[in-house]
Amino acid sequence: MANQIPLVDYLVLGDLPHLVANECTSCGARFFDRRNACANCGLTGFAKVEIPTDGEVRAFTIVAFAAPGVPTPYVAAMVDCGGTSVRATLINVPADPEHVSLGMQVRLTTQVVGTDDEGTEAIGFGFEPKEG
Amino acid sequence: MAADDLWVLGISMTKFGKHPDKDMVDLASEAVLGALADGGVTMADMGVIGAGSLMAASAGIGQQLQKQLGQTGVPVYNVANACATGATALRVAMLAIKAGEADMGLAFGVEKLAGAGLLTGGNRKDDSGVFTPSGRFGAVAPVDGRIGTEIMPGVFAQIGMEYGHRHGGTSFELFARISEKNHAHSTLNPLAAYSKRMTLEEIMGDFMVAYPNTRPMCSANCDGAAAAVVVSGAKLATLSAEQRRRAVKISASVLTTDPWEESCQILPDVNTLTRNAASLAYEQAGIGPDDLDLVELHDCFATAELVHYDNLMLCDQGGAVDFFNSGATWRDGSMPVNVSGGLESKGHPIGATGIANVWEVATHLRGEAGPRQIEGAKVGLTHVIGLGSACGVHILEKSAA
Repeated sequence: MANQIPLVDYLVLGDLPHLVANECTSCGARFFDRRNACANCGLTGFAKVEIPTDGEVRAFTIVAFAAPGVPTPYVAAMVDCGGTSVRATLINVPADPEHVSLGMQVRLTTQVVGTDDEGTEAIGFGFEPKEG
Repeated sequence: MAADDLWVLGISMTKFGKHPDKDMVDLASEAVLGALADGGVTMADMGVIGAGSLMAASAGIGQQLQKQLGQTGVPVYNVANACATGATALRVAMLAIKAGEADMGLAFGVEKLAGAGLLTGGNRKDDSGVFTPSGRFGAVAPVDGRIGTEIMPGVFAQIGMEYGHRHGGTSFELFARISEKNHAHSTLNPLAAYSKRMTLEEIMGDFMVAYPNTRPMCSANCDGAAAAVVVSGAKLATLSAEQRRRAVKISASVLTTDPWEESCQILPDVNTLTRNAASLAYEQAGIGPDDLDLVELHDCFATAELVHYDNLMLCDQGGAVDFFNSGATWRDGSMPVNVSGGLESKGHPIGATGIANVWEVATHLRGEAGPRQIEGAKVGLTHVIGLGSACGVHILEKSAA
C-alpha cells in the first residue's frame, strides 16, 4: 500500500477516519485551523476533540463554474456533525438537485485526491449519503 | 439642523458597465467632479478624503486622484474593506468630521472589474513535488472544490439555502424571481450596467454558476465609480438655501464585523453582523423599518437578497419568503428594494457600490430620480456587506428645509 498523507491536518486517517477540531478549553468553541487564540473568548488553551462522522446537510450548492483545473460540477456543503459545523464536498452522489437535498443525512468517507512524485497519496474527505 | 449632524452635500456616480477607454483615475475623477459640482463646492473645500478601492487602495488611489484634481495637502485615507469598501470610505470622511478635524470631506469608491470573472477560488495545477503540509489547515494540495467551495457564487448560494433549511419555502424559482425583480427595476436606470428586462425563464435557463445562482442571479462585475461630499450641520448652516434644500441627512452610519458564531468560520455568517448593524442604525436614526420608503441592499447574489430582508428586519423573523412573495419588494410594493436594479443588474464595481447605493437613495429623497422615482420618499436605507466580514448600513433622510 502506498504511503498516505491527509489532505489537511485535521483529518485523521486509519481504520476509522475522522476529523478533529481544536476546542477552546474555556468556552468550548471549535476550530479546524491552527489557532493563535479563541475567536469567541480570546483565551489560548485548546484540546483536540473528535468530530462525529455522521451529519446533516444544512446548506449546499452545486458548483458548475470554477477556477481553471477544478473539475465541475461538484457539491459543496455545510454539514452539521452533532452540533459542529463542517465544510465539505459531498461525494458518491450525482451532482444535481434531484439527488442532493437540505436535511440529507450523510457520513464521512475518504478518497485519494492526488499522488506526489514519491508515490505518496493525499487522502481527502467528503460526505456521502447514508443508505436508507 | 443640529450642528453635529452629518449631511450629504453632493453626490454622483458614473454609469456602471464597461469603460475600456477610462482608467480608474478617470472614473474616480468623473464621479468626484460630479459630486463636487452637485454640492456647489471644490477640492479646496475638502478637509479630508476617504478613497475606496479594493484593487487600488494599496496603490494610493486617493493621491492618484489628487494628482489630477487638486493636490491640496489634506489627509487621504486609502481604504479597502471587501465589498464594504465604499461605505467604509464614506465613514472615514464622516469620522474625520465627527472628530472635528474637518467640516467637509470627500469620499469616493472606484473599481475596474469588467470581465473579471470569479474573484476567489484558486487555480488547481497538477500535483508535483513532494506533499508538504502548509498553511493554517496543514493542506498538502489546493482545497477549493475538494473541501467545499471558495467561490463567492457558491458561498452565497449556501447562505440562501441555509435560510431555506431553517425556515422553508425556498426554491430555485424563488431565488430566480428575486433576480427577475431587480432586472426589471434596472430598465428604468440609465446608469445600470444591464438594463434589459429578463424573463423568469431566461434567468432560470441561463448559464448555471453555482446552484441555485445562474449568471444573471450573480452580481455583475463591471467598471464604475461613485463619490460623495459630506458636511457637518454647522458648516451646512452657512451654505446657500439651495445647498441646504438638496442636502440629505445621514441619520445613521454604522459599520460592523461578524461576531463569532458556531459555524461562522465554516460558512460566513452574513446575518448576525447585518442584524447588528441594522439594529444600531435604527437606534441612531430613531426610526424603525416601517418608516423606510426604499432600501438598497447588498444583493451580491439573488440568494443573498432574501436573507437580508430578514436581517434588516424588513419582515418578521423567518418570514422573508412570504415577504418577497407578497410583492412587497417590487418598486410598486410596500417596501421597494433595489429599485436601482441592485448589484445583479446595476452592477457591482466593488469599491463604488457602498457610495452608489447612497446616491440612489439620496436621488429619490431629493425627488430627482426621474421615471424610477419612488414618490414621496422621505427615508431610505443602504446596506453593503463584504465577506471577511464587514457590514455598512446608512439611513438617509430628506432635508426638512
